[in-house]
Amino acid sequence: MLLLLYLSGGLFLGWSLGANDASNIFGTAVSTRMVKFRTAAIIAGIFLILGAVISGAGTSHTLGKLGSITMIAGAFMVALSAALTVFWMTKLSLPVSTSQAIVGAIIGWNLFAGMAIDYHTLSRIALTWVISPILAAVFAWLLYLMVNQLYRVVNIHLFRLDAYTRIGLILVGAFGAYSLGANNIANVVGVFVPVVPFTDISLLGITFNSAQQLFLLGSMAVAVGIFTYSKRVMLMVGKGVVKLNPQTALIVVLAQSLVLFLFASRGLEAWLSAQGLPTIPLVPLSSSQVVIGAVLGIGYAHGGKGIQYKALLKVASGWVSTPIIAAIITFLALFFLQNVFGQQVY
Amino acid sequence: MALFKKTKKLELKMDEFLDTVSESGIIFREGIKHYLNRKVDRFENQIEKIRHLESRADRLRHSIEEQLYTETLIPESRGDVLALLETTDDVINQAKATLLEFSVETPMIPVAFHEELLHLTDHVVNAVDEMTKAIRAFLKDPKAVRNYTHKVYHYESEADRAAEHLKRSIFSNLDLQLSEKIHLRYFALHIDTIADRAEDVADRLGIYTIKRSI
Repeated sequence: MLLLLYLSGGLFLGWSLGANDASNIFGTAVSTRMVKFRTAAIIAGIFLILGAVISGAGTSHTLGKLGSITMIAGAFMVALSAALTVFWMTKLSLPVSTSQAIVGAIIGWNLFAGMAIDYHTLSRIALTWVISPILAAVFAWLLYLMVNQLYRVVNIHLFRLDAYTRIGLILVGAFGAYSLGANNIANVVGVFVPVVPFTDISLLGITFNSAQQLFLLGSMAVAVGIFTYSKRVMLMVGKGVVKLNPQTALIVVLAQSLVLFLFASRGLEAWLSAQGLPTIPLVPLSSSQVVIGAVLGIGYAHGGKGIQYKALLKVASGWVSTPIIAAIITFLALFFLQNVFGQQVY
Repeated sequence: MALFKKTKKLELKMDEFLDTVSESGIIFREGIKHYLNRKVDRFENQIEKIRHLESRADRLRHSIEEQLYTETLIPESRGDVLALLETTDDVINQAKATLLEFSVETPMIPVAFHEELLHLTDHVVNAVDEMTKAIRAFLKDPKAVRNYTHKVYHYESEADRAAEHLKRSIFSNLDLQLSEKIHLRYFALHIDTIADRAEDVADRLGIYTIKRSI
């Protein structure tokens, strides 16, 4: 019971991730009524859990390198502080991401515990945040050109295109949910990996280690967030600044999913390493910022008209402000937990 | 898959609707010819045919509309397709109404105007024909829409010119009473209106095609 109480910080973060970020995958599909919310939520929930349990370890490992939290009370406060940062900044309509909040929170723990900050890992993480929206823009731009070329060659009846688009939105949505789970589960429960007292469980011949059990728990919280709160966020996507049609949304979601997958796949990392090629750092990203990059890519493919460069500034400001705010909140919260409640946090 | 079955069914209905519109143009032309040749039975037969086509087009339109809404198909372009169906239906309605007016009012048309009237009818029917091709292109090959809409505009302006020419001929004729002239002008106007309706459809198609490009 006490363990669950400690985990609640991360689970709350997971709930808010599900409530907000599922709209990056199924927002347009649901708001344009191409896919029913129920269908979207079930697919997103299942594939997000699969992605988290099967491929969530890579980004968790990177966060572990940034700061391996030694006490469960400390992990609780780090996760809760990140969640509070996200909650507070969202309320103030400031650009925020759970990935940047958790990294800031870990740094806050490092500072409080007097641990040395691994600047090499931190700089790799920061660089990835900058690169990921750019990469998404490039992917979206290329996919857009390819799809447009395909349109020119193949004549698809309007009604049949509707059917293909629906199927595409569901398949790409499933891939997107898998990638989001793989990439972002570290934000939710990654800090608990070194401290959680789970033992390995064997089920149907498959062994689930303690990290995977933790990822399962965290991703279930994300799935609850999707089912309970993401519908209104998804419907807002349709009324938002960037209104995409279902075909363009398909490209944006695919570009986003590819980027999230690239920065979470251990298999790809191993393959690149085996080929003697430079590996891609496994870093939790902000799916919202990746989506902004993909939408900008489509904007460029359209000739660059109507691109709001203010959106880029907002993204860039989030890279700096979120970790700093999260670090300060975490530092203060750890001080409070240690000195008022007498808990050992490191 | 059930989704593809549904869309296939809808495609077939849409094709049938456009066939009906296109056929109504041919029937209209035949009807005018029979009227001018005073073949009353054949003319009345054409009226029956166009009545039948018009009610079939209505049934198909309602069925397509119902399917689009109940099965939430093409939610993004559903409004456009429905508006397109309704505007296209106006063309067939106008053709039927005009033939009926011939039947009810039996205007006396001197032989001197026959050729010009047939000329006007030809342009109108060509405009309707190109309009149906443009709609088919919109559904299957949006790049080709312009090829057909520009022909609709061409035949519509030819029809305007032919109607104006016919009206000038009517009003410069010294053998006709003013009442007869006004009566004939009314028929020239109504035939020409069919091409105007086809032009309305082409206007909509121009916008919808831009919207359809991703």
